[in-house]
Amino acid sequence: NSELFTLTYGALVTQLCKDYENDEDVNKQLDKMGYNIGVRLIEDFLARSNVGRCHDFRETADVIAKVAFKMYLGITPSITNWSPGGDEFSLILENNPLVDFVELPDNHSSLIYSNLLCGVLRGALEMVQMAVDVKFVQDTLKGDSVTEIRMKFLRRIEDNLPAGEE
Amino acid sequence: TRGKSPLLERALGRPRSEVALSAFALLFSELVQYCQNRVYSVAELQCKLAQLGHQVGLRALDALVAREKSGRRETKVLQALLFVKGPVWRQLFGREADKLEQANDDDRTFYVIEKEPLVNAFISVPRENSSLNCAAFTAGLVEAVLGASGFPAKVTAHWHKGTTLMIKFDDAVVARERSLEGR
Repeated sequence: NSELFTLTYGALVTQLCKDYENDEDVNKQLDKMGYNIGVRLIEDFLARSNVGRCHDFRETADVIAKVAFKMYLGITPSITNWSPGGDEFSLILENNPLVDFVELPDNHSSLIYSNLLCGVLRGALEMVQMAVDVKFVQDTLKGDSVTEIRMKFLRRIEDNLPAGEE
Repeated sequence: TRGKSPLLERALGRPRSEVALSAFALLFSELVQYCQNRVYSVAELQCKLAQLGHQVGLRALDALVAREKSGRRETKVLQALLFVKGPVWRQLFGREADKLEQANDDDRTFYVIEKEPLVNAFISVPRENSSLNCAAFTAGLVEAVLGASGFPAKVTAHWHKGTTLMIKFDDAVVARERSLEGR
């Protein structure tokens, strides 16, 4: 059930805010935990989805939005704002299940509440040899009208050796 | 309030979307590892998990009461326990808890028994270093739900017939129950 997930995530973020002094460190920790999850999640995903190798970044975007998000969070973000070079796009999240019931207190204005997602995306893509930069550029929690995750393809990771695990 | 987030204006219906079980499992496992890195003993780890469960329980309760009970809270011990075993479990874990029992020798002790609790489903614990692990999270959750409904209790998790949550109500709760029955 999504509520247990949402509330558990909320408890985690609350705990991190207590454990760390500033929001930047919380963001970093969330990203790191997301990364760990992403590294494990990709296995589960590939095993269950029967998705083959993506040939370009556009295909990757489709798989992420239409298959992966649907499978794990039950939502389908839309894909917009392609860069002319085709190496950058945005995911627009309508209902982010992580943020149900959440209101950010004023003293956590630089907290990126759902930053875990960035880590998950980065970790999972790294396991399929793609180095990608992922970050939130808009967030409904901060008063923006939509939640937008910006993904930028950096480079293909050449060797098959696992990158240094965190 | 300032209505910063439109989410808070939304009707408190049933949750709309389903989240994959593996999404929860991965998140929970990461949570356990995080806690583990910050404690020195198993007891501390369980305590920390219970605290997190507490947070979840407190927040889940209001939504559940509004949805399942049209806003009415329970006043009797048995009803409160059945509420935990039934709706709370169904909403959070997808099915009812397996059993609810009262201790033979003590009228303030109850057990909620589950053969295969969700939180332990994906977590293998080396038995030698851990007598018990993740059901402490659920124990904290139940403790919060009962406590916030006006039934302060101590809830602990044990390995017994699967996983058993032992609920020990405060004396005051039992005394109140007696006086309610006396009327």
